[in-house]
Amino acid sequence: MMIPPAAAEPIFHIGTFPITNAMVNGWIAVAFFVVAAAIVSKRKALVPKGIQNIAEALVEFMLSEIRKVTGDEKRARLFFPIVATIFLFVLFSNWIGLLPGTGSIGVWELIEGERELVPLLRPAASDLNLTLGIALFAVLSSHVFGIRALGLTNHVSKFVNIRGIFRSFSKGPMAVIVAVIEFGVGLLEIISEVAKVLSLSLRLFGNIFAGEVLLTVMLGIFAYFLPLPFMFLELLVGAIQATVFSMLTLAYLTVATEAHGEEHEAEHQAEPAH
Amino acid sequence: MDAESIAILTKGLTMAIGGLGPAIGIGLIGFKAMEAIGRNPEAAGKLFVPMLLGMAFAEAVAIYSLVVSFTL
Repeated sequence: MMIPPAAAEPIFHIGTFPITNAMVNGWIAVAFFVVAAAIVSKRKALVPKGIQNIAEALVEFMLSEIRKVTGDEKRARLFFPIVATIFLFVLFSNWIGLLPGTGSIGVWELIEGERELVPLLRPAASDLNLTLGIALFAVLSSHVFGIRALGLTNHVSKFVNIRGIFRSFSKGPMAVIVAVIEFGVGLLEIISEVAKVLSLSLRLFGNIFAGEVLLTVMLGIFAYFLPLPFMFLELLVGAIQATVFSMLTLAYLTVATEAHGEEHEAEHQAEPAH
Repeated sequence: MDAESIAILTKGLTMAIGGLGPAIGIGLIGFKAMEAIGRNPEAAGKLFVPMLLGMAFAEAVAIYSLVVSFTL
């Protein structure tokens, strides 16, 4: 019985660029959303019915949840496209990874001397490249929004707080010591940004990849009825990880656009209550 | 003890020790959530999402050690 390898396997190549099975799943998800968006945006009835109703309910629900975290309407609308897209894309690609055929229908290939099954489809988030890409995009966009909202000097002085040291000279020796400590804290924040990228990507990758391995092992042990509770677990895990990823992105965006000093209050609000 | 058997041993130990802390953490989060719901059953809906968020963060540390044991 073969457990899937941690790296997604390439199925074919365009020129020298390998196309992996997880990439194919990602594109299926993208195609679904493009088609769904095209269909829904054609209906403009004032009283929504059917698909338009579902889409509007979804958008209103997500917007209200985002508003609870950011506090003001302007930033909620600003962050909504990024956060909602991440949530819907990760949720959909996690769930279609559970459909029968994903991970099982494939071609037998000779890899490093052993005959192994290379599946044609694999959950998109079980490829670290995809999760790393989304995580980098989320953290970089938090910095971009921070610079746009606060200006370059304000944003940079959250991390390299030389301005705070200069300002504290007039306030006495205690203030200078505090300012030097805050300078050190600012430098640590830079490391924390890298940790954010790593934790976002590894959390999603680890959960989905481990779920894939778990399902493969369970199906290998006894293919009837035994995998059922694990498939239910994977449905739950897919939804929870999509929520966690998008909520964390929203928290980072919110904290990045707060002025220095308010950021501690914003972090307490980052846990949404219904 | 050659290198390969030490690697296999480390894989198992990484996951075993690395899963201990997060398991206790998740249990504590659930414990406090249950206590809060027992005190105030109407708050169950409000508590659910923050509890899940907290559990996902605690579980992430276990996932880090899982990834380490995969890469060994």
